[in-house]
Amino acid sequence: MKVGVVTFPGTNCDQDVVKMSQVHGYQVVPLWHKDRFDIKSVEMVIVPGGFSYGDYLRCGALAARSAVMASVKELVKTGKPVLGICNGFQILCETGLLPGVLVRNDHGRFTDKWIEIETVNSTQHFAKSNKKKLKLPVAHGEGRFFAEKSELEKIESQGQVWFRYTENINGSLNNIAGVMNKEKNVAALMPHPERAMFDWMGGSDGFKFI
Amino acid sequence: MKWGIKILPREVLLDTQGRAVQDYLNQNTQTVNQCRVGKYIVLDLKQTDAAESKKKAIEITEQTLINPLIETYTIESL
Repeated sequence: MKVGVVTFPGTNCDQDVVKMSQVHGYQVVPLWHKDRFDIKSVEMVIVPGGFSYGDYLRCGALAARSAVMASVKELVKTGKPVLGICNGFQILCETGLLPGVLVRNDHGRFTDKWIEIETVNSTQHFAKSNKKKLKLPVAHGEGRFFAEKSELEKIESQGQVWFRYTENINGSLNNIAGVMNKEKNVAALMPHPERAMFDWMGGSDGFKFI
Repeated sequence: MKWGIKILPREVLLDTQGRAVQDYLNQNTQTVNQCRVGKYIVLDLKQTDAAESKKKAIEITEQTLINPLIETYTIESL
Protein backbone atom coordinates (compact mmCIF):
# COMPACT_ATOMS: atom_id res chain seq x y z
CA MET A 1 0.00 0.00 0.00
CA LYS A 2 1.35 3.43 -0.96
CA VAL A 3 0.24 6.22 1.37
CA GLY A 4 0.62 9.87 0.41
CA VAL A 5 1.30 12.12 3.40
CA VAL A 6 0.75 15.83 2.78
CA THR A 7 3.02 18.47 4.30
CA PHE A 8 2.21 22.18 4.38
CA PRO A 9 4.33 24.88 5.99
CA GLY A 10 3.24 24.58 9.63
CA THR A 11 2.22 20.91 9.51
CA ASN A 12 3.69 19.25 12.60
CA CYS A 13 2.18 15.76 12.70
CA ASP A 14 3.39 14.53 9.31
CA GLN A 15 6.30 12.49 10.68
CA ASP A 16 4.02 10.85 13.26
CA VAL A 17 1.69 9.87 10.42
CA VAL A 18 4.67 8.59 8.39
CA LYS A 19 5.67 6.37 11.36
CA MET A 20 2.07 5.23 11.76
CA SER A 21 2.02 4.15 8.11
CA GLN A 22 5.42 2.45 8.27
CA VAL A 23 4.39 0.39 11.30
CA HIS A 24 1.84 -1.28 9.03
CA GLY A 25 4.44 -1.81 6.32
CA TYR A 26 2.99 0.84 4.04
CA GLN A 27 5.23 2.75 1.69
CA VAL A 28 5.08 6.51 2.28
CA VAL A 29 5.00 9.01 -0.58
CA PRO A 30 5.72 12.51 0.75
CA LEU A 31 3.46 15.12 -0.86
CA TRP A 32 4.53 18.80 -0.74
CA HIS A 33 1.91 21.56 -0.65
CA LYS A 34 3.21 23.36 -3.73
CA ASP A 35 3.17 20.31 -5.98
CA ARG A 36 0.39 18.53 -7.76
CA PHE A 37 0.97 14.77 -7.86
CA ASP A 38 0.09 11.80 -10.02
CA ILE A 39 -3.03 10.36 -8.38
CA LYS A 40 -2.04 6.90 -9.61
CA SER A 41 1.14 7.05 -7.48
CA VAL A 42 -0.75 6.58 -4.19
CA GLU A 43 -3.61 4.41 -2.93
CA MET A 44 -4.47 6.55 0.08
CA VAL A 45 -3.78 10.09 1.27
CA ILE A 46 -3.49 11.35 4.83
CA VAL A 47 -3.77 15.07 5.61
CA PRO A 48 -2.05 15.37 9.00
CA GLY A 49 -2.47 17.85 11.83
CA GLY A 50 -0.62 21.02 12.65
CA PHE A 51 -1.06 24.67 11.85
CA SER A 52 -0.89 24.87 8.05
CA TYR A 53 0.12 28.34 6.86
CA GLY A 54 0.08 29.45 10.51
CA ASP A 55 -3.73 29.14 10.58
CA TYR A 56 -3.80 32.52 8.81
CA LEU A 57 -7.11 33.77 7.39
CA ARG A 58 -8.99 30.76 8.85
CA CYS A 59 -7.81 27.31 9.94
CA GLY A 60 -7.17 25.28 6.82
CA ALA A 61 -8.36 28.02 4.45
CA LEU A 62 -5.10 28.63 2.60
CA ALA A 63 -4.08 24.97 2.62
CA ALA A 64 -7.43 24.04 1.06
CA ARG A 65 -6.60 26.19 -1.95
CA SER A 66 -3.07 24.82 -2.49
CA ALA A 67 -1.83 22.84 -5.50
CA VAL A 68 -1.54 19.56 -3.62
CA MET A 69 -5.20 19.73 -2.57
CA ALA A 70 -6.28 20.15 -6.18
CA SER A 71 -4.76 16.71 -6.80
CA VAL A 72 -6.35 15.33 -3.62
CA LYS A 73 -9.76 16.44 -4.94
CA GLU A 74 -9.13 14.53 -8.17
CA LEU A 75 -8.03 11.47 -6.21
CA VAL A 76 -11.22 11.56 -4.14
CA LYS A 77 -13.30 11.35 -7.34
CA THR A 78 -11.66 8.02 -8.15
CA GLY A 79 -12.94 6.62 -4.83
CA LYS A 80 -9.53 6.34 -3.16
CA PRO A 81 -9.57 7.01 0.59
CA VAL A 82 -8.44 10.25 2.25
CA LEU A 83 -8.03 10.62 6.01
CA GLY A 84 -7.85 14.00 7.74
CA ILE A 85 -6.60 14.42 11.28
CA CYS A 86 -7.14 17.62 13.30
CA ASN A 87 -5.89 20.42 11.01
CA GLY A 88 -6.38 17.90 8.19
CA PHE A 89 -10.08 17.81 9.17
CA GLN A 90 -10.24 21.62 9.04
CA ILE A 91 -8.55 21.59 5.61
CA LEU A 92 -10.93 18.96 4.19
CA CYS A 93 -13.93 21.01 5.36
CA GLU A 94 -12.48 24.14 3.76
CA THR A 95 -11.98 22.30 0.45
CA GLY A 96 -15.64 21.31 0.52
CA LEU A 97 -14.77 17.59 0.50
CA LEU A 98 -16.41 17.33 3.91
CA PRO A 99 -19.47 19.18 5.19
CA GLY A 100 -19.42 21.78 7.96
CA VAL A 101 -16.60 23.75 9.52
CA LEU A 102 -14.51 23.72 12.70
CA VAL A 103 -14.72 26.88 14.80
CA ARG A 104 -13.20 28.01 18.08
CA ASN A 105 -13.94 25.83 21.14
CA ASP A 106 -16.94 27.22 23.03
CA HIS A 107 -14.87 27.67 26.21
CA GLY A 108 -12.29 29.68 24.27
CA ARG A 109 -9.33 27.59 25.40
CA PHE A 110 -6.97 25.23 23.64
CA THR A 111 -7.85 21.73 24.79
CA ASP A 112 -5.18 19.04 25.09
CA LYS A 113 -6.13 15.77 26.79
CA TRP A 114 -7.21 12.15 26.40
CA ILE A 115 -10.87 11.80 25.53
CA GLU A 116 -13.28 9.06 24.49
CA ILE A 117 -15.15 8.87 21.20
CA GLU A 118 -17.70 6.38 19.99
CA THR A 119 -18.19 5.13 16.46
CA VAL A 120 -21.53 6.15 14.97
CA ASN A 121 -21.13 5.03 11.35
CA SER A 122 -18.10 3.19 10.01
CA THR A 123 -16.17 3.25 6.78
CA GLN A 124 -14.43 0.28 5.20
CA HIS A 125 -11.24 2.33 4.81
CA PHE A 126 -10.33 3.52 8.31
CA ALA A 127 -10.64 2.71 12.01
CA LYS A 128 -10.83 -1.02 11.51
CA SER A 129 -10.80 -1.97 15.17
CA ASN A 130 -13.89 -3.72 16.52
CA LYS A 131 -13.95 -1.48 19.55
CA LYS A 132 -16.94 0.86 19.49
CA LYS A 133 -15.43 3.28 21.98
CA LEU A 134 -11.91 4.59 21.47
CA LYS A 135 -9.60 6.46 23.82
CA LEU A 136 -7.57 9.03 21.88
CA PRO A 137 -5.79 12.33 22.59
CA VAL A 138 -7.06 15.71 21.30
CA ALA A 139 -5.10 18.94 20.94
CA HIS A 140 -6.99 21.80 19.36
CA GLY A 141 -8.21 25.36 19.82
CA GLU A 142 -10.68 25.27 16.97
CA GLY A 143 -12.37 21.89 17.05
CA ARG A 144 -16.00 22.80 17.57
CA PHE A 145 -17.91 21.21 14.69
CA PHE A 146 -20.50 23.57 13.24
CA ALA A 147 -23.01 23.34 10.39
CA GLU A 148 -26.34 24.99 9.61
CA LYS A 149 -29.34 23.16 11.07
CA SER A 150 -30.46 21.84 7.68
CA GLU A 151 -26.91 20.74 6.82
CA LEU A 152 -26.54 19.06 10.19
CA GLU A 153 -29.77 17.13 9.70
CA LYS A 154 -28.48 15.97 6.33
CA ILE A 155 -25.16 14.85 7.82
CA GLU A 156 -27.06 12.85 10.44
CA SER A 157 -29.65 11.31 8.11
CA GLN A 158 -27.11 10.37 5.46
CA GLY A 159 -25.01 8.48 8.00
CA GLN A 160 -22.07 10.85 7.68
CA VAL A 161 -21.30 11.16 11.40
CA TRP A 162 -18.18 9.06 11.95
CA PHE A 163 -17.50 9.67 15.68
CA ARG A 164 -19.09 11.48 18.60
CA TYR A 165 -17.39 12.56 21.82
CA THR A 166 -18.92 10.66 24.72
CA GLU A 167 -18.52 13.91 26.66
CA ASN A 168 -18.67 17.18 24.73
CA ILE A 169 -15.28 18.87 25.13
CA ASN A 170 -15.54 21.87 22.80
CA GLY A 171 -19.18 22.69 22.05
CA SER A 172 -19.31 20.58 18.87
CA LEU A 173 -22.86 20.36 17.55
CA ASN A 174 -24.37 16.92 18.23
CA ASN A 175 -21.04 16.03 19.96
CA ILE A 176 -19.51 15.42 16.53
CA ALA A 177 -15.80 14.47 16.61
CA GLY A 178 -15.49 13.16 13.05
CA VAL A 179 -17.44 13.13 9.78
CA MET A 180 -17.31 11.47 6.37
CA ASN A 181 -18.44 12.40 2.88
CA LYS A 182 -21.49 10.67 1.44
CA GLU A 183 -19.36 8.13 -0.40
CA LYS A 184 -17.42 7.41 2.84
CA ASN A 185 -14.00 7.56 1.19
CA VAL A 186 -13.15 10.92 2.78
CA ALA A 187 -13.17 10.80 6.56
CA ALA A 188 -11.71 13.05 9.21
CA LEU A 189 -11.61 13.51 12.96
CA MET A 190 -10.25 15.98 15.50
CA PRO A 191 -8.52 13.43 17.83
CA HIS A 192 -5.06 12.11 16.95
CA PRO A 193 -4.96 8.32 16.34
CA GLU A 194 -1.27 8.57 15.38
CA ARG A 195 -0.51 9.64 18.96
CA ALA A 196 -2.15 6.49 20.36
CA MET A 197 -0.30 3.67 18.64
CA PHE A 198 1.22 1.80 21.58
CA ASP A 199 0.46 1.44 25.27
CA TRP A 200 3.60 3.35 26.23
CA MET A 201 2.09 6.39 24.50
CA GLY A 202 -0.86 6.24 26.87
CA GLY A 203 -3.11 4.10 24.71
CA SER A 204 -3.15 2.03 21.54
CA ASP A 205 -6.67 2.59 20.21
CA GLY A 206 -5.24 4.44 17.21
CA PHE A 207 -3.24 1.41 16.04
CA LYS A 208 -5.81 -0.05 13.68
CA PHE A 209 -6.81 3.29 12.23
CA ILE A 210 -5.28 2.83 8.78
CA MET B 1 -8.14 49.75 -7.67
CA LYS B 2 -8.40 49.29 -3.93
CA TRP B 3 -11.19 47.53 -2.13
CA GLY B 4 -11.88 47.22 1.57
CA ILE B 5 -13.55 44.01 2.71
CA LYS B 6 -15.10 43.99 6.17
CA ILE B 7 -15.61 40.46 7.50
CA LEU B 8 -17.67 39.62 10.60
CA PRO B 9 -18.56 36.33 12.25
CA ARG B 10 -22.18 35.41 11.65
CA GLU B 11 -24.67 36.15 14.42
CA VAL B 12 -25.56 32.46 14.83
CA LEU B 13 -22.02 31.76 15.93
CA LEU B 14 -20.49 32.30 19.30
CA ASP B 15 -17.82 34.94 18.65
CA THR B 16 -15.31 34.03 21.36
CA GLN B 17 -12.99 36.95 20.57
CA GLY B 18 -15.86 39.42 20.66
CA ARG B 19 -17.13 37.95 23.91
CA ALA B 20 -13.70 38.18 25.54
CA VAL B 21 -13.41 41.88 24.61
CA GLN B 22 -17.01 42.51 25.71
CA ASP B 23 -16.43 40.85 29.09
CA TYR B 24 -13.28 42.89 29.60
CA LEU B 25 -15.04 46.16 28.72
CA ASN B 26 -17.91 45.30 31.06
CA GLN B 27 -15.65 44.54 34.02
CA ASN B 28 -16.43 47.78 35.84
CA THR B 29 -19.57 49.13 34.18
CA GLN B 30 -22.10 47.31 32.02
CA THR B 31 -21.89 49.65 29.04
CA VAL B 32 -21.42 47.23 26.17
CA ASN B 33 -24.45 45.29 24.93
CA GLN B 34 -22.50 43.35 22.39
CA CYS B 35 -19.05 43.36 20.86
CA ARG B 36 -18.13 41.41 17.77
CA VAL B 37 -14.62 41.10 16.37
CA GLY B 38 -13.97 40.57 12.68
CA LYS B 39 -11.27 41.53 10.23
CA TYR B 40 -10.68 44.12 7.56
CA ILE B 41 -8.81 43.21 4.40
CA VAL B 42 -7.54 45.71 1.82
CA LEU B 43 -7.12 44.39 -1.71
CA ASP B 44 -5.25 46.37 -4.36
CA LEU B 45 -6.22 44.86 -7.71
CA LYS B 46 -4.53 45.23 -11.07
CA GLN B 47 -7.78 45.79 -13.00
CA THR B 48 -8.44 49.48 -13.77
CA ASP B 49 -12.04 49.10 -14.93
CA ALA B 50 -14.23 49.66 -11.84
CA ALA B 51 -16.92 47.10 -12.68
CA GLU B 52 -14.37 44.41 -13.63
CA SER B 53 -12.32 45.15 -10.56
CA LYS B 54 -15.31 44.90 -8.23
CA LYS B 55 -16.34 41.63 -9.82
CA LYS B 56 -12.84 40.26 -9.20
CA ALA B 57 -12.79 41.53 -5.61
CA ILE B 58 -16.12 39.81 -4.90
CA GLU B 59 -14.89 36.61 -6.53
CA ILE B 60 -11.72 36.57 -4.40
CA THR B 61 -13.73 37.35 -1.28
CA GLU B 62 -16.33 34.65 -1.81
CA GLN B 63 -13.88 31.99 -2.97
CA THR B 64 -11.09 32.53 -0.47
CA LEU B 65 -11.39 35.35 2.05
CA ILE B 66 -14.62 34.25 3.71
CA ASN B 67 -16.31 31.00 4.61
CA PRO B 68 -20.05 31.67 4.15
CA LEU B 69 -20.89 29.07 6.81
CA ILE B 70 -19.42 31.28 9.50
CA GLU B 71 -18.79 34.75 8.09
CA THR B 72 -20.51 37.63 6.31
CA TYR B 73 -18.85 40.51 4.47
CA THR B 74 -19.40 43.97 3.03
CA ILE B 75 -17.21 45.51 0.38
CA GLU B 76 -16.31 49.15 -0.20
CA SER B 77 -14.28 51.05 -2.76
CA LEU B 78 -11.27 52.85 -1.28
